[in-house]
Amino acid sequence: MKSNTPGMTIIVKIVTRLTVGLILLYGFYIVLHGHIGPGGGFAGGVIIALAMIHLMLAYGKDTVTKKVGRRRGIMISSAGAILFLLLIALSANGFIKGVNLIPFYDIFISIMVGAGLFTLFLALVILITEREGE
Amino acid sequence: MEIHLILIFMILAAIMAVEIKDLISSVIALSAVGLGLSLAFLLLKAPNLAVTQLVVEILLVVVLIRGTINKDLPLVIDGRWFFNTSMTILFIGIFLLLGYFTLRQLPVFGEPQMRVSSGYLTRSLCETGSANVVTAITLNYRLIDALGEAAVLFVAILGVSAISRRIGKVNEK
Repeated sequence: MKSNTPGMTIIVKIVTRLTVGLILLYGFYIVLHGHIGPGGGFAGGVIIALAMIHLMLAYGKDTVTKKVGRRRGIMISSAGAILFLLLIALSANGFIKGVNLIPFYDIFISIMVGAGLFTLFLALVILITEREGE
Repeated sequence: MEIHLILIFMILAAIMAVEIKDLISSVIALSAVGLGLSLAFLLLKAPNLAVTQLVVEILLVVVLIRGTINKDLPLVIDGRWFFNTSMTILFIGIFLLLGYFTLRQLPVFGEPQMRVSSGYLTRSLCETGSANVVTAITLNYRLIDALGEAAVLFVAILGVSAISRRIGKVNEK
């Protein structure tokens, strides 16, 4: 059975609707527990980007790119990188003392990596298939 | 011993990935190499690297598959249904069996195995406040290294996004 809406079949859509929340939750868990268990900002950010890619592959690219396009993805990624650099500069100059900064580093790295790799996927895959389709 | 088996498996899969004709089979063989590398990291007691390698490998396989084929996978439903069904049942059985043995080997909840050298462990814990020694090293003792790594990744993302813009944007005006 092939439906007329963009994306894959209805089975994939139902399974995606059930699993995307769990994958996002696991990504947040990996990021926030990076200073306790294995994982960290990079792996958690990639898992968050994978949840978005999962949603986009199942439901068609318009459902996600309406919310987060390429320009907004680059902006979020740049914001994460700038906050990471700012926090390092503040702590290296002694403005922040007595705080465990490792979870904040993890959060900013995950913002940068997640939005950046999602934008990379948009640029590498979606634009290539669009160009071949024209 | 297990590390040698995994290395031989990785070499065979890499040769298959180079030599095979079909593109999507080559991508699958390449992902087998990455899975073997992740297992090798696990055997060498580096779970941080194993998690990162596995996750990046999944992203790489998705990108490569969507890049090599521009339509959905063909669905084979005629013929070979006995082979497909029996193989599915076989692999589900293997997965459940391995999961049983794995869950029996897990330590008791709340009593993790602390085999890292305890002197370095206590020192990094009281100095950085991070129980994960690897994260304590990469994000506290070697923070400038992490900053350089993040800068490399960010520049790569910016470069790909700038190069692969929609062609002909200037000519349309």
